[in-house]
Order: sequence, then C-alpha cells, then structure tokens
Amino acid sequence: MENNEEKIALHLENVTMQFGGVVSVNNLSLDVPEHKIIALIGPNGAGKTTAFNCITGVYQPTNGLIEFMGEPMVRSHPVGKAEKGYKGQNADKYANEPILAPTPDRITALGIARTFQNIRLWSSMTVFENVLIAKHMRAKQNVFSAIFRGNLAEEKRMREETMALLCEQGLDTYKNEIATSLPYGLQRRLEIARALATEPKLLLLDEPAAGMNPQETLELAEFVQEIREKYNLTIFLIEHHMDLVMNISDYIYVIDFGSEIAEGEPEAVQSNQKVIEAYLGVSEESA
Amino acid sequence: MEYIISVLLSGVSVGGQYALIAIGYTLVYGILRLINFAHGDVFMVAGLMGIYLAAVLPITLSLPLVIILTVLLGFAIERVAYKPLREAPRMSVMISAIGVSYLLQNTATYVTGGQPMTYPTIPFLSGTVDVAGTQTKWVVIITPILVLALVFALTQLINRTKVGMAMRAVSKDFETSRLMGIKINSVISVTFIIGSALAGIGSILFFTNYPAITPMSGAMPGLKAFVAAVFGGIGSIPGAVIGAFIIGIAETIIKGLPSSWDVSVFSDAFTFALLIIILVFKPQGLFGEAATDKV
Amino acid sequence: MKENKRFFPTLAGIALLLIFVILLENISAAVPGLPDVFQPTSPLFTVLKKAAVYSLVAVSMNLLNGFTGLFSLGQAGFMLLGAYTYAILTVPAAQKDQVYYLFGGCAFEFSFVDMFGMVFGNSGVGGAVSMVLGCLLAIILAGVVAGFFAFLIGFPVLRLKSDYLAIATLGFAEILRAIFQWQKLGPITNGANMIKGFPTFSSFNITGPSGNVILRLSTFIPFFITTVCIVLIVLLINSSYGRAFKSIRDDEVAAEAMGIGLFRHKTLSFVISSFFAGVGGALFAMYVANAQAKAFTSTMTYEILLIVVIGGIGSVSGSVIATFLYVACSEWWLRFLDSEMYFGSFKIPLLRNGFRMVVFSVVIMVIVLFFSNGIMGNREIDLLKPFGKKNKKKEGHTH
Repeated sequence: MENNEEKIALHLENVTMQFGGVVSVNNLSLDVPEHKIIALIGPNGAGKTTAFNCITGVYQPTNGLIEFMGEPMVRSHPVGKAEKGYKGQNADKYANEPILAPTPDRITALGIARTFQNIRLWSSMTVFENVLIAKHMRAKQNVFSAIFRGNLAEEKRMREETMALLCEQGLDTYKNEIATSLPYGLQRRLEIARALATEPKLLLLDEPAAGMNPQETLELAEFVQEIREKYNLTIFLIEHHMDLVMNISDYIYVIDFGSEIAEGEPEAVQSNQKVIEAYLGVSEESA
Repeated sequence: MEYIISVLLSGVSVGGQYALIAIGYTLVYGILRLINFAHGDVFMVAGLMGIYLAAVLPITLSLPLVIILTVLLGFAIERVAYKPLREAPRMSVMISAIGVSYLLQNTATYVTGGQPMTYPTIPFLSGTVDVAGTQTKWVVIITPILVLALVFALTQLINRTKVGMAMRAVSKDFETSRLMGIKINSVISVTFIIGSALAGIGSILFFTNYPAITPMSGAMPGLKAFVAAVFGGIGSIPGAVIGAFIIGIAETIIKGLPSSWDVSVFSDAFTFALLIIILVFKPQGLFGEAATDKV
Repeated sequence: MKENKRFFPTLAGIALLLIFVILLENISAAVPGLPDVFQPTSPLFTVLKKAAVYSLVAVSMNLLNGFTGLFSLGQAGFMLLGAYTYAILTVPAAQKDQVYYLFGGCAFEFSFVDMFGMVFGNSGVGGAVSMVLGCLLAIILAGVVAGFFAFLIGFPVLRLKSDYLAIATLGFAEILRAIFQWQKLGPITNGANMIKGFPTFSSFNITGPSGNVILRLSTFIPFFITTVCIVLIVLLINSSYGRAFKSIRDDEVAAEAMGIGLFRHKTLSFVISSFFAGVGGALFAMYVANAQAKAFTSTMTYEILLIVVIGGIGSVSGSVIATFLYVACSEWWLRFLDSEMYFGSFKIPLLRNGFRMVVFSVVIMVIVLFFSNGIMGNREIDLLKPFGKKNKKKEGHTH
C-alpha cells in the first residue's frame, strides 16, 4: 500500500513471535488503512492467529512494533533467554526503546475488537448478557455507584444500546437464549455483535466463515460490508474461505511458515505462483 | 557443631519423609492435574493403621500389612471419589478431594475418640545410634537412604517399563494418550497405588519419630509435601525429592533457632512463604516445564 | 427499570424477616409456657446465630469461587483478620490489662467503644449508643483490614492459575495464623491466647436498670448485619461489575478481549469478598465471644467451601439455605448421633462421639459426587416470583 493519502489504522513492523525454537510469525510487516477490508491468508499453521494474538495483546511479540492510529501500541525486542535464541531479524532496531506490552483489555479500550476462531462466547450467559457485558468497559461508573445503584441512567443506556444492537443483528428474538445453544452461524454473528458492543474502530475477524456453507458465507460477506459502513469500521480478517476473501477484501497479505510470501489486490494474489504453491504444494518438476 | 549435625540429620530425615509423600502428590498432579488434598490424610490413616495392627500382630507382619492396606485405600479413593468426575471441571475434583480429606479426618476422630495415639516402637528404627558424637535414632539415618533407593527404583520404573512409559505419555497429553489406546484408568490406578505405597512407608518412618498421631496429623505434612512438589516443579520426581529435602532442612533449622527469638511458630508458615515466592518468581518450580495456553 | 419496581417489595420482605427474628427471640418472655425450643438457651438460637455468621462468609466465598471463578482457600485467614481487628479495637480500655495480663497490658490503650463513650457517655442510653457505634465502626474496619490485606496478597497470587491460586491463598491463611500466634506480637494480639472481654451479640440485649433483659436482640444483630451485607453482595452481582465477574469465570480470554481488565476485576472481587469475610470474622468473634488464631484453620475454610458446594456454586440463596441446613444439622438435629442410645435394652450400634461428623462427611461426599449442582445449582430463589408476573416480559435478566 504505497498510497500515502489514506490514513493507516494498523501498522505492523518486523513483528516476530518465537516460541522456544519455533518462529511462528517471522518479520511480518503490513498496513491496514482506515475504512478498508484487509485480509491475511495462508495455509494452516502459517501463523495467522498468532499474528492476531500479537496485535490483541494475548502474546507479547518477541520483536517488532505495532502502531494503532499512528501511535505505537506494542513494541518489543528480545530480552533474557529470548535474546540468545532469537532467530528473527531487526532485533536491534527496537532494542533501545522501551517495551510496550499492553494487556488485551487495554488494546480493546483503544478501539480494537476481535472475534475468535473457535467461538468463545460466555457459555452460562444469555445472548443479551453476552453483548451487555461487552458494554461494561465503556460504562461510566465505578464499583460503588454500581453496587448502590448510583447511576441507573448508565445501566439503562447500556441495556438499551445492547437491545438496539441485537435488533440490528437480527438476534433480538434469541435474547434470552443461552448463547452457546444458538446455531453455529448465529453464534458467529453474536460474537461479532459482542465485539461491536465495545465500540471499536478496528475489527479483527478470525476465520469468520469457518464452518459455514456457501450460502451463509455469502450472507456473511454482505454483513461484513454492511457493518463496515454502518459503524465506520476498518476490518482486518483471517480467512480460509477464498470465496469470502476474494469477494470482499480490498487488499490481501499471504503468509506461509510465518513469513509474508505475497501481497496485493485479490486478482493479483489469486494468480501469484508462490501463493498457489503454498496452498497446493510444490510439484516435483517445478521445484 | 554437634548441634548443627543433629539439626541437619533430623532435617534430612524429615525431608526424606516429606519426599515420600511429595512423590504421591507430584505423580497424581502430573497425570490428573489434581491437588489430591486427601493424600496427607491417607498418610495419617496409614499411621493409625500401624498403631491398630501392631496391637494385634507382630511388627514383621503389621508393617507390610500397613503398606498393603494404604495402597488399597488410595486405590479405593481414586475409584470412588475421583473416577466419576473424570469429565467434570477441575474444581469439582479438587472439592471432592477436600471432601475425602474431611471424611478421613472425621472417621479417624470417630475411631480414635479424638485422643492422640502413640505409635508403636519399632525395634530396629527406634534404636539409637551415635553419629559424630550425637545420639540419634536409626530412622534418621535410614530415611534418606531408603528414600534415595525408592526414588531410584521409581525412576527406573517410569523410564524403563511399559507402564512407566504410559504414565509419562498420560502426563504429557491426557486426551491423545487415550486415543492411542492407553488404558487411562489403569495408569491412574497405578499412580495412586505407587503414591499410597510411598505414603505408607513414609508414615512408618515419620510417626516413629513423633510422639503421637491425631486425626489432624496428616494435614500439615501433606500440605508441606505438596509445597515441596510445587517447589521442585510439579510432575518432576527428582524435583519433589529435592524440594522436600530443602523444606525439611529449613523447617528443622527454624525449629532449632534460639527459643528467645520465638520463631518456631513460623516453621509451617515458612514453607508457605517459600511456596508463594516460588509461585511468583518461577511458577514452574525448580525443575518443571513451563506451559503455554493456546488461544 | 425492573429493579426499581422490585426494590421496595424486597426491602419489605427483608424487614419482615428481621421483625420475625426479633419476635422469635422474645416470644418466650412474653408468652409463658412455650416449649423449650423457644427459650433463649435453646439450640435454635445458637443455630440461628452461627448460621447467620457463616452464611455471610459462605456468600462471600461464593462471590469469589462461584461468580468470579477464582478458586481461593483463604477465607479463614481473612476471617482471622476481621476477628482480631474487631476484638482489638473494641475491648474496653478498663479490661485490657486483664485480657493481656501475660504481656503486661495491651500496646495501645484504645477502644472504639471508649472513644464514642467520651462523646455519648458510658452508661444508660449514651452507653448503648457508644457501644453500637463503636462496634459498628470496628466491624467495618474489620472488613477494611481484611480487604486491604487481600489487595496486598492479590498482587502476587491473582496471576496464578486455578489450583495454584487455591494453594497460595491457603498458604497465606496459614502464614497469617502463625503471625497472630507469635508471642513477640503479644502486646497487640495477645500471642497464642485468646482475646476476650469485647462486646458480643448478647451485649446488644436491652436490659433494664436491675440487669433484667427487656428486649433480646442477640439473634437479631447477626441477622441484621448479615442481611445488609448479603444485599450489598447481591446488588454487586447483579450490577455491571457482577456480570463482568461472571464473564471472567466463563472465559477469561474472551473477557479480556472484550475489554474487561482481568487483574483489576479479579482484585476487585477478591478484595470485596475478603472485606465481607472480614466482617464475617468479626461476627464470628462476637458469636464465640473470643478471638483466637488457632480457631481459623484450613478446616474452617474447607467447611465453608463444602457449604458453598452443597448450596450450589454460583447461587447466593443456595449458600444461605445450605448454611442454615448445615449448621442446624451439625449443631442440633444430628446431635443425637453423638450420644449412645438404647432401644429398650438394645444398644444402637455405632452411635458415639464423632459419629455425627462421619455421617456428615459421607452425606457431603454423596452431594459432591452425585448432586454436583448442590441444592440450587446456579439458580436463585426469587422471593417475589408469585407477584412478579408483569415483570416477565421485561428485557434481560437480573442475574
């Protein structure tokens, strides 16, 4: 993305995540411009979810810099044991700068929300509560006003907004069902609704179409574009389903074994030889 | 000097006794991820059985019988209280373990009438010996030697035999081991049998050195042994043994400090302080493996 | 809001309950010739007092274990802090030399009761006011001290995973117990000896000039304090924070990803739970009329944990019901199991001292193994359900 006019929402620079001797994400650099839908694709085990986990603070990357809305959000360089065993590049680049490693909730507070590959709804709670809880972070209250009901208006506002969100997502009829009793597709939708309840600027979708049939995938594609418009979102997604990715992405990054192997517009990526090899394997002759 | 030697000797011996209990904790935790709160009470019951059996049988018969009965008890507890909860959340199993502990303690109170019971004198172990000018009981000398021998035998069992291999596999990955056709339940039973047998032996050594057994006698050594297991790195047998020796020695040193300092109340508390320090700074213990959660 | 409509009926229900307690403990004085059960010395009142105290501790433990999913075994330690704080702060200065005679008196000649006594006087109505205020302040401080220690302890231990947390909190409770038994701290804690001479539940009975009891309040007091505390806990559980706690219990990773700071919320739950455990400890000291470190063993924590399990992990009303059943059985209904009994000339086997607790633990094991949801599971008794039909269609849940 060499277009300098658009504002970059999320910027990754030399992000490397190493577990012991395994380099899961290797020197990944990418840009997610505002109001675009960007996809990160790659075969199983390529390190996509690990990259997401680095962005959302679940893991602290071994090395690299992540900026959100132009501000450094995560910055790391190998220390201690990792210093000796570090296999990535550019370790010196950030060595003199302070490490930034915010916890996931801080990152969510900045305006990044996510869904999970293996849906993680709160299983003992209703659909309504699942979304309502996500409103907790932005609620203007403290624990005393919560106990003594000092701010009933705030609670009322949270409930009303939750209801409105559920209506929009067509989940209002299920509001009193236990979240995990919903059909799979609706659970995915609920996870997105829950993420939206945190009022994000950037939405990270981890394989949103996993386990969906083609019809559902098509609906999902429309839905993702719809919420982008409605909530003025930037969307960064990981996906296996090529239909979905090619259909809605503005730009695609392809990684394999943790490293980027290609990037470009959907059509360009589709015909990229390296990408085809990564997905289909390399035949004897061409290798 | 003689004083130091006697403190060290009894420290090593107490440590050895903790080690025998700690192995039971570490094995069970390694496989079931369960803090078997009842293990200390199994140890206490073994002590009581020693008393009741020695009253009617000669020592040579009653001691092996104590070990056999302790093994049966451990096996039965696993089958009755833990096996039905295999699929339940970990917290439920731990609560069940606390329930068993409560049951064993209350039963012991009922049977003994709540009176402290005196452990029989075992001729060989209770005899005294002179080491570097200090009088000490034979049990103090024998314990560490016996512990090392048993640990050696146990590591051979775990590293060389088929059931040992199964145990290692189950502790690495419960589900996959099951899929690979390992009979999970028998592996778990073997684990409990080994742990209980060692607790039985430990009870003979431990209570020979102590004036009396009460229904609560198992709780504190049990907790300390667990701390030893955590300290050494839970799941690791050498870790548990080393942890137990460290705790045993530290405890006797604290107890042996001048009485004007009045710090002997802290001999138990010190163990827990050690636990918290290790959990905060090196949660995997001295020899344990770090685990990462998958998201 | 649904809750607004329910607030006053609930309040009325609670007030009725408390009035009933007062009537119950005074009825024997007003109506002569009632059965022994209603006499002030009856086990009924022992059970009611102890159960009121324990139910607060059980609910506080449930807040942590059941609603936040933190498996902590430190409850006895926080009760100990509460009991000692209350005892040290309320023993009247005049009594201190006698209580602390081994250490030549207490380190500080100070008591809340005396402090208010200087304002309101020490006898008659003024004395009563200063005692009530002094005790109340001491009880609140008992909670604050326990909560503060929880805050300090929480810093290292709340980062630990489930069972390590359990063993670390258990360890902290044991460390506290050792510290409070340390003779060097004798001038403050009275060493391993008990502290007594502070106001207990029966100090709240209103007596006439000749010392005769006019109005008994010794059962009402623990009920009142416990009720207030449990209402506060329920309000917390049904608030946005309570829901956040439950989300941590259900899935920590998801909770954190949705902006709920794990450490902050866990600390909050831990501190609040410990605050109420501390209050419970103060009440416990009032109930047994002494404070002694060796009473607060891990067995006490286990007992409370088992009550929570019997009631249902994640149910406040379950914990309360279970506490009353548990205490009634152990202190009253099953007492007969402990004494030898003859059926004609036939001696019923097994019955002797200690049998009650064996039966008890077997019942507990049966519940743990076969009825793991306990009495209530994670449901609550809705006192207002019969009147609440029109609320049914309202949005959402209160719990």
